[in-house]
Formats: sequence, structure tokens, C-alpha cells
Amino acid sequence: MGHVPLSWYLILSAILFALGVAGFVYRKSVITVFMSIELMLNAVNLTFIAFSYELHRIDGHIFSFFVMVVAAAEAAVGLAIILTIFKNRGTLQIDEVDSLKL
Amino acid sequence: MIDSWIFIICAIVAVVCGFNLVLQKHPIASALSLIGVMGSLAVLYLLLGAEFLAMAQMIVYGGAVMVLFVFVIMLLNAGTEKASTKSWFAQILGLPLLLCFVGLLAYLVWGVLPPLRDVDFGSWVGGTAQHIGELLFTTYLLPFEVISVLILIAILGAVVLARREIE
Repeated sequence: MGHVPLSWYLILSAILFALGVAGFVYRKSVITVFMSIELMLNAVNLTFIAFSYELHRIDGHIFSFFVMVVAAAEAAVGLAIILTIFKNRGTLQIDEVDSLKL
Repeated sequence: MIDSWIFIICAIVAVVCGFNLVLQKHPIASALSLIGVMGSLAVLYLLLGAEFLAMAQMIVYGGAVMVLFVFVIMLLNAGTEKASTKSWFAQILGLPLLLCFVGLLAYLVWGVLPPLRDVDFGSWVGGTAQHIGELLFTTYLLPFEVISVLILIAILGAVVLARREIE
């Protein structure tokens, strides 16, 4: 078989992004929801790098690098927030953290 | 020719691990699946000529971020999540909408975009550390400095939140 078309990379990225959305919507554990967000960011990174290959410019790589840095910062702060939620509520189920609801 | 097979193997591993992440009930199984996705994505970055980002993906994502996740899962003793029936409407409507979303993206890629080039491994090596560094320290110098400040703020925020947790 010949070379892989670039569109396959984009389709793979779309599938991974949809899986991330599904995990974000369906799962009830805070940690798994957070991991689904990381999956979505990874899918977007793959799209950036694929289009960077198409255009033969590395500006997309820089954006992907920035996304990686923001994801690392977000992971640190988000996991600290999860620790605080667990300390205050004693649960990791997002259904049970509903103080705003009457 | 071998890079086609490497792409197919890594794409299958990524999709299977992604499904496993969504379907597993225990957070630690989801975390290990996410490591599988990130590892196969690093190989795909390498196929696309992004050497620096492939290594950064393995070190930052596969290493640092996932160790943080597994550490928090172990620390909180997170068990199997309980099933919820509160959002049955979203559960019925969600999957067809997601399939429509993927179908729309596939239509955009195959029908609307102009023909894209084929990926030939090694024909373009633009993403080395030298090229990234030159662009990062000339054109993108201001965003680079701003994002270092962002990292600093994130570290301070994490420390403040976690210290309140210990008290």
C-alpha cells in the first residue's frame, strides 16, 4: 500500500475528539471527566500538527506547544481543585456536588 | 511503506484506548488508557515530522501530567463510579449527536477541503528543536514570556489550593 493521506490523520483526530466529548458528557467521576478534557486537547494538537505538515510551516508546532503548556498548568490547578472538593464534600461524583441546586 | 503500517497500528491503538477510557468504570483503568493514547499520538507526531513535540508529548503528557493524575487517584482512593440515571435525556440524545458531529467533520475533511498531500515520513523535517527554538525566541517571544508567567500563576494557585486542603 502507498502513503497515508493526511485526511486520515484529521479523521483520527475527529474520532478522538468525539470520544473526549462522550467521556466528558457521560462519565460521573470528576477525575475521568478531567481526563476526557486532556483527550480533547490531544486531538486538537494532532490537527495542528497535521495542518502544519500540509503547509510545511512550523507555526502550528508552536501553537501545539502552547496548548501542551496550558494543559500542564490546567492539570496542576484542576487536580488541586479536585483535592479541595474531596476534602469539603467527601465525594468524587459530580452528581453529588450540587449545592447550587435547590 | 512501513510507515503506513505504523500509522494504522498506532491509530487503532489510539482509538481502542480512547474507547477504553470512556467505557471503563474505574479511574485508574481510564488513566492507563490515556497513557496509551498519548504514547501512540507521540508516534504519529514523529511520522508527521514533529520530532520535538513527540518527545515533549512523552515527557510532559505521558510523564508529568499522567503521574499527577495517577497520584491523585491513589491519594483520594478513588473507587468505581456509581451509575447515574439523572440525565437519561442526554444519554439517549447524546450518541446520535456525536455521530452527526463526526460525520460532519468527515464531510468537511473529504468534501470541502482541497486535496491534501500524502504523508511521506522523512520528506519534511521542520519540527526539530533548532527550528522550534528559533521561531519561539524570535517571532513568538512575547507569547513565550506570557505563558511562563501563566505557569508561575498556576504553580502558586495549586500550592494555595492544596495547602488549604491539608489544614
